[in-house]
Amino acid sequence: MLDIQKIRADFPILNREVNGRPLVYFDNAATSQKPQQVIDKIVEYYTLYNANIHRGVHALSQEATDLYEEAREKVRAFFNIPQAKQVIITSGNTHSINAVASGAHVFVKKDDEIIVSAVEHHSNIVPWQMLCERVGATLKVIPVLDSGELDMQAYEGLLNEKTAFVVVNHVSNALGVTNPVEEIIKGAHEHGAMTLIDGAQSCGHMKLDMQALDADFYTMSGHKMCGPTGIGILYGKEEALNALPPYQGGGEMIDQVTFEHTTYAGLPHKFEAGTPNIAGGIALGAAVDYLNELGMDNIAAYEHELLIYATEQLKAIEGLKIYGDVVNKAAVISFNVTTLHPYDIGTIVDKLGIAVRTGHHCAQPVMERYSIPGTVRASFAFYNTKEEIDIMVQALQRAVSMLS
Amino acid sequence: MASIQDIQNEIVEEFAMFDDWMDRYEYMIDLGKSVPVIDEQYKTEDNIIKGCQSKVWVHADLEEDKVKFSADSDAIITKGIIAILIRAWSGQKPADIIAADTAFIDQIGLKEHLSPTRANGLVSMIKQLKMYAVAYQSQLS
Repeated sequence: MLDIQKIRADFPILNREVNGRPLVYFDNAATSQKPQQVIDKIVEYYTLYNANIHRGVHALSQEATDLYEEAREKVRAFFNIPQAKQVIITSGNTHSINAVASGAHVFVKKDDEIIVSAVEHHSNIVPWQMLCERVGATLKVIPVLDSGELDMQAYEGLLNEKTAFVVVNHVSNALGVTNPVEEIIKGAHEHGAMTLIDGAQSCGHMKLDMQALDADFYTMSGHKMCGPTGIGILYGKEEALNALPPYQGGGEMIDQVTFEHTTYAGLPHKFEAGTPNIAGGIALGAAVDYLNELGMDNIAAYEHELLIYATEQLKAIEGLKIYGDVVNKAAVISFNVTTLHPYDIGTIVDKLGIAVRTGHHCAQPVMERYSIPGTVRASFAFYNTKEEIDIMVQALQRAVSMLS
Repeated sequence: MASIQDIQNEIVEEFAMFDDWMDRYEYMIDLGKSVPVIDEQYKTEDNIIKGCQSKVWVHADLEEDKVKFSADSDAIITKGIIAILIRAWSGQKPADIIAADTAFIDQIGLKEHLSPTRANGLVSMIKQLKMYAVAYQSQLS
């Protein structure tokens, strides 16, 4: 059991007021808030350790390098990744996806097919479209059922000997539905295809085991799991990362450089050109410590409880329709009320101190699928409460009566 | 026809009657509901201004030496602000529209809706209204 009041005390921003009312923060799918422990780590780094890493012999550089590598090790253990060198520290989830897509011509040849799903956000569509254009491959799309679940029968039908890569998000950011990634990965591997799972919405909300999951690549966002912005993770199987060419050239990613030829450094440095976001990486380590302290299973159970409660309460509002109302989902509720525009609802509830996301959630194809301009999305984290959900429901009722 | 400045002052006075934001918003929403909507034939892809959040349609005609605007939005709050702007700017001379500013929207407490980051299409719409005025001005001179 989590002590939510104690946890809330760790998040200073939750004491803030917005428009004269206590903040109710339900935009966790966009970014999570940061506990004091993470904020302190950033300050501590710049106060005591700031130095460039992996290159100096002086004490500060060594200490900063140790802290950074400790953070990598924490991330490794957190996701049950076999070796620390398979933890590539990036600037974020989008960077992680692009790092793979930009080099994936080694896996995808002309006339091959790449399968994505209909519930991807733009970050997991566009890099693959760019790859298709570059190599002359074709993008195939797993359709989504009315329920918000992927049409797995259609997926089976899409797989064939031309399938070279399958990329799917673990949890849809627009609907919150958890996709059957184990089955998707298995199907892809049976056809000799590589897999990348976008874990932006799963990484801070459920226990993830990279070895059990068996994806070739998996991407994570630091700022969605209580870490700072500008930091992300790319996990890959060792042979997959070795086969993938580097994304950017520069310092730190090299072994030998002459004007005739450069040989690349080994993992993970091959993918970490230039001075990284050192403070961000170290603070991500602190975020991992924080989540570990609470326990990912406890977090997942409590967030599920919030989801069930909020779903019930929201359904009591007349004319409210939830998109992706299925059992297997993260604590994300995407909805509309009658024909009211999500922008209008979002504006009124913001006035009442409630932060929800409105719009197409950077996933326009999903909105097109349902023929809607967008939705209101409430997404919860372990520091939210049922009382806050009640406040949101009241605010929504007020918005509906003003707008109808 | 009253000048843009006079109408804008009138709007500011109307909004000053309300003490709290809810009443202001309710008034604005009512204005949005009563605005003469754009003729369906002008609700075309060409006339659309896509914000990330809401869509806006704008149409303009020159009637003698005055510009007549009509507009619409799929979001009612956006439409309310359009109604306010059109009330002040439509039926005015191009030169006056070019010279007009949107400070009165700040004064009635709706500034946030004109933020470029709001992505509701309004900032682009204002630019579009001004561009129509500039185009008609060059026609007239």
